[in-house]
Parts: sequence; structure tokens; C-alpha cells
Amino acid sequence: MAITSIKNLKEFSTTNDRFEGAHTLCPGCAHSMIVRELMNCTDDNLVIATNTGCLEVSTAVYPFTSWDTSWIHIGFENAATAAAGAEAMFKARKKKGTLKDNNASTKFVAFGGDGSTYDIGFQWLSGAIERGHDFTYICLDNENYANTGGQRSSATPIGATTSTAQAGSHSYGKKEKKKDLVAIMAAHGAPYVAQLAPNKWKIMAKGFQKALETEGPCFINTVSPCCTEWKFDPKDTIGLADLATDSLMFPVYEIIDGHELNILYRPKNIITVEEYMAAQGRYKHLFKPEYRHIIDEVQKQVNKNWEMLQRREEARI
Amino acid sequence: MAEKFDLQEREVWDGNYAASQALRQAQVDVVAAYPITPSTPIVENYGSYVANGYIDGEFVMVESEHAAMSGCVGASAAGGRVATATSSQGFALMTEVLYQASGMRLPIVLTVVNRALASPLNVRGDHSDMYLGRDSGWIQLDAFNAQEAYDMTLCAFKIGENHSVRLPVMVHQDGFITSHTAQNVYPLPDEVAYNFVGDFQPLDDMLDFSRPVTYGAQTEEDWHFEHKARQHKAIIDSRAVIEEVFAEFEKLSGRKYKRVESYMMEDAEVAIVALGTTVETAIVAARELREEGIKAGIVAPRCFRPFPYDAIREALENTKSVAVLDRSSPGGAMGALFNEVSAALYTTANRPLVTNFIYGLGGRDFSVAEAKRILKEQKAHAEAGHITTDIQQFSGLRGPKLGFFQTKRG
Repeated sequence: MAITSIKNLKEFSTTNDRFEGAHTLCPGCAHSMIVRELMNCTDDNLVIATNTGCLEVSTAVYPFTSWDTSWIHIGFENAATAAAGAEAMFKARKKKGTLKDNNASTKFVAFGGDGSTYDIGFQWLSGAIERGHDFTYICLDNENYANTGGQRSSATPIGATTSTAQAGSHSYGKKEKKKDLVAIMAAHGAPYVAQLAPNKWKIMAKGFQKALETEGPCFINTVSPCCTEWKFDPKDTIGLADLATDSLMFPVYEIIDGHELNILYRPKNIITVEEYMAAQGRYKHLFKPEYRHIIDEVQKQVNKNWEMLQRREEARI
Repeated sequence: MAEKFDLQEREVWDGNYAASQALRQAQVDVVAAYPITPSTPIVENYGSYVANGYIDGEFVMVESEHAAMSGCVGASAAGGRVATATSSQGFALMTEVLYQASGMRLPIVLTVVNRALASPLNVRGDHSDMYLGRDSGWIQLDAFNAQEAYDMTLCAFKIGENHSVRLPVMVHQDGFITSHTAQNVYPLPDEVAYNFVGDFQPLDDMLDFSRPVTYGAQTEEDWHFEHKARQHKAIIDSRAVIEEVFAEFEKLSGRKYKRVESYMMEDAEVAIVALGTTVETAIVAARELREEGIKAGIVAPRCFRPFPYDAIREALENTKSVAVLDRSSPGGAMGALFNEVSAALYTTANRPLVTNFIYGLGGRDFSVAEAKRILKEQKAHAEAGHITTDIQQFSGLRGPKLGFFQTKRG
């Protein structure tokens, strides 16, 4: 059952605490905020699967665990399938009546970083969504392989420098566009797909609740600013998320049944991508004269994407 | 409640069908699977049992074997009975998750229809996939025919799910020769089979929310070693449970199984050690040679893992010369079974001579005549008191003979 009173952040952030504060994520990491929001927005039983990555290595270091609910990690790529397998067993046991509590409402959630979601776990995610398991997959998108020291993933945007797509005298960093995974997941026909952000916590909590309440496979991409690899002060995480949503680098929207698009947050004052980039060390080189055109290029792409999202929303198809 | 399935006292089943009937009788809750020749019919049959109401379970047809085993891990941690099937490349793709399944101590049953590994691509039976799993922390039982594929699959659930074991179990059968050859099989009645396996008893159940569990934690140099040591001890100690389960199964079926099967070994001077369908071929050869006055016998590990170091030694310590047959390309080493049998025999008083044959790769036929030739060669070694050929030879290979290494004992 959903917790309905999402009014007071202080109250909400401490309700129903099934994710312990004791973990080893970097100070300023947005992952724990997003995970806590998910776990605090429902009273239902939760089975959580997690891909290998920052979240996993920081929350289940034997003999400790931060998870006060059922939790499983298998490998880098297969949290979606772990959740799917558990969900299949739930159905089988419910039919046979072998569950400890046959009437309890139970939800299945998988977490992965962008490396494990956009790249190595893409096939497992696609398969689990296509098969229609009743679960929600949440990608903690920090646009790089942060756990292994900041390598490029297919979620890394153009122009960011990473340890495997380096900026230098002959390179402006990553050359390729970010993969549009939200569109790909919507194209699977999943009943609920969204892109959400922790700074818009009420919208995010409602989106999570909607996903958990929706029968069938749901996918949510969340922006998770990474102070370590994006290179900003850990105290500025939510500020960075504000810049991400307000520059429309990360528009906040949902797609229902693969076609009905709703924009969930419209910034009153849209800021430039330049302002967003200037707040992070990973884009520092773009402010050199020879690479400034990349900032303009990204701004054009962002404008085009925002126009596309608005038109799709207006079209109501 | 599952529909009743009509069974005769004697059925004509191939190995795949036999294995799938065992899955039906055990009322497996979840099968997550991906098709691959020659094991495909096992999961197809499970799917058809679900579709026709003979099983109250979930059949999850996933997008790869890696996902198949991943789904099995998630399902098993959720506290029910889980099985799947695979072969060859599918087995190779699953390998990462095989280690994770055993590390999490999940009693999944995997029926492996043995097939060669590419390249070159080959769909026929050899033991490359079986050998690939030998360090994965799974119990590995070997069936030599369709009846045994059925029997071992039932036993596998009971062994793996025993709370003092808590390990996944593979049941191996040879691709095509067993999996696709119809033979007489005597199944147990449904009720007898189910009662033998018993209701699944969950342990550390992810769906018991009164006691949350964390599966697949991180450990580094501080704890990883202790976990792996406990796991190793569990698989070595499973020997007692395996023997108990075999004894209980004998009472119900009249069919007696041991961790190491011995045929005509009471007075044997020469022996073949082999796995799979080759065992039956070798038994015919040994019988014929006995008529010629050669005291030949056959030894076959029923249990490939835990490796029956103790029982192998017992079976072979009074022989003079032993040929160990490996149906897997050793890739620059002696065959794995040869190495393990030799290591066991090294600590016996008489230390029989041991030679190694690589044979039957990619389904190359292994004949009674070749088995006889190999046993006769052992006889020659025994008479000479040392190995008179190369220690490792290829059997049944086209072209010039291929062999490596000579003895220093002669």
C-alpha cells in the first residue's frame, strides 16, 4: 500500500525506514536518496534485486547489510532477471499456498546503475520487460561507471570526460550521444516508463508509487548526480540535480503504455546547458575556445528533445 | 492441484523425456530456461506439463542461458523448488551464474545434456560442458542411460535440498546417445516419487518478510576465503547425504546406486575408468575379455563432484593397470579425470599404472572393440610392470597416432 502523505520532506525521509543510513556510498551520492524514496513511498513487502555497482558494493558488505527487506545481488547484468525469477516464484507459491503470508502485498524492484542498465545488463532488462513480469526497474543514472573509477557508458553525454573517453589536446571527451533508454523501454510497450529526479522528490515518490501500483513491468530512469566523477562539491548534489532538470538535460516525464507522454515538471526558468556544465569538472575542458562549439551542439540537442517531448505530450496519442 | 498423468509401470522414454518426467513428479515450482540442442525437449516438456495442468508451476522462457540461471537464482532464493536444463554453449554462457548459485547455497537442479563446446561448432555429445562445471561448487551426478537420468534427477532434488547440504546439483547425461535414444524406463508412481523428494522446505526465504535476508553480499580478503572453505566442506560432506539418498531410493525402486560404480572389479587386474554412456560400452568389452581370460573391470564415478577420492581409491587399489578415459579436450594438460584418479591412486600401497585416453570428442563413436584394445594394452603394461605406450593417447582419431609423455618407472 502506498503511503499517501508525501507532504513534509523531513517526515517522509524518516518514515518506514527500511534502508539503513549505515553504508559506504560517497558523501553526497544521490543513490541513497533515490533508494530511500522508493522504500519510504510504500508499506508493501519489498524484494529488491541490485546489479553489481556502487549501490551494491556499498550496502551489503559482509557481515553488514543496509537492507531491512529481502535483497539479492547476483552479478553485474542480471538484477532484472533475479527480480523476475523471484516474482515467478511468488506467483507459483501463491497459487500453491506455500507463502508464509499468502495475502500480503509484495512488490519486486530491481536497481542498476547506468553501466549495468544501458550497457551490460541491457539484454536482461529488455527480456524481463518483454516477458511482462510484475516488477519495477530503477536505473540510478550517474552517466558513468563510477564504481570502477569513472569510465564511459552509453549513458555518458557528449563532451563529458571520462577515464576511457578522455578530453585532451586532440579530444573533447565522449563523442557519442547518450542512448535514449527511456524511449527504448517505452518502445517495449511497458505500462509505465518515466524519467525522474531526486530534487523533485514529490514527483519522484509519486512516480515510484505509480510504478509499484501498476501491474506489469515498469522502468524508471533517475538522475543521480555523482560528485566523485562529475566533480562537484558533495554538498551540492541536489543543486546539481536542480541544474540538470532546469536545463532540461534531464527532463522529468512519464510515458504510459508506450505512447501517452506526460511532462511531469516544467521549469519556470529554463537555464542553459552551459550553466549546468559550468558547475561540473567533467565539462571543464569544453570552456576552452576550441571546444566551445560542443556546448552549443548539446544546447541544440536539448532544445530539440524538449520540443519533441512537448509535441508528443500535446499530441495525446 | 495438478492433473493426474497416466504412467505405465514400464515406459519407453529417451533421456530427455525421463528427466522431464522427474521434474513433473517433483512438482518443480519454477523453470527458467532457454532452448539448446540436445537438452531442449526437457524444458519443452515441462512447459507442456504446465500448459496442460500437470504441474502447478511457472515456466519462464527467458532470452539467454545466462538469464535462465539468473532467473533460477532469483526464484530459488524466493523459497521454492527450481530446475532447468542446458547443454554446451548454453552451459558456458551460464557459467558465471553457476558459481553465484552455489556461492549463495541455492539447491537448484540443472539437467545437463552433455555436448561438445565450439569451436568448431558441434551438437554431439562429449563431456566438455560437464568438465567446465567441475570447479563451480555444484554437486555433479552422472547418468549413463535414460533410467538413470530419471533416477538421478529425483535424487538430485533430495540431495541438494537437504538442509545440511544446501547446494545446487547437476545431473549429466550424454547428448543424443542418452538424450535421444528411447529405452525402457521404470518410473515410480507419482505419489511415491513426490513423497521421496518431499515438500520443499524453504531456508532463508526471500518471501518470508518476518526475517529479511540479504543474498549475494560483498566480501573481500577478510571473509571470502572462509565462505569458500565452508562451501567446499559442504560439498565434501555431502557424500554422506548422497549415500543416504541412494539407499532410500533403492528401497523404493530396487535400483542401487553408489558414488562410484564398479563392475566386475572384485578380482580385476586391469580396468577402465569412464563417465557416461561409455561405461556400458566398456562393460560389454570387459565381459568379452573375461571370456578370453583377462581379468578386466570397469569403474565409473556416479558422482563427479564431490570427486569420490576415497571410493575411487577403494575401487582401484588392487588393480595393476588402469586406463582413464576423458571425453573432453584437455587443452594442453592431461585429462581431468586422469589427473584426479591418478592423484587418488598415488596414496595407495601398490600404485597401479595409470594411462590416459582422450576419446569421443564431438560425438566420435567409441566402440566395444576399442575398449577391448585399451584393456588389452593395460594387460601388456601390467605384464611389463610399467607403461609401455605414451601415457596420454588419443583414441579413435583419424590419421597418425597422437600421444604424449613416457613413464620413468620402466
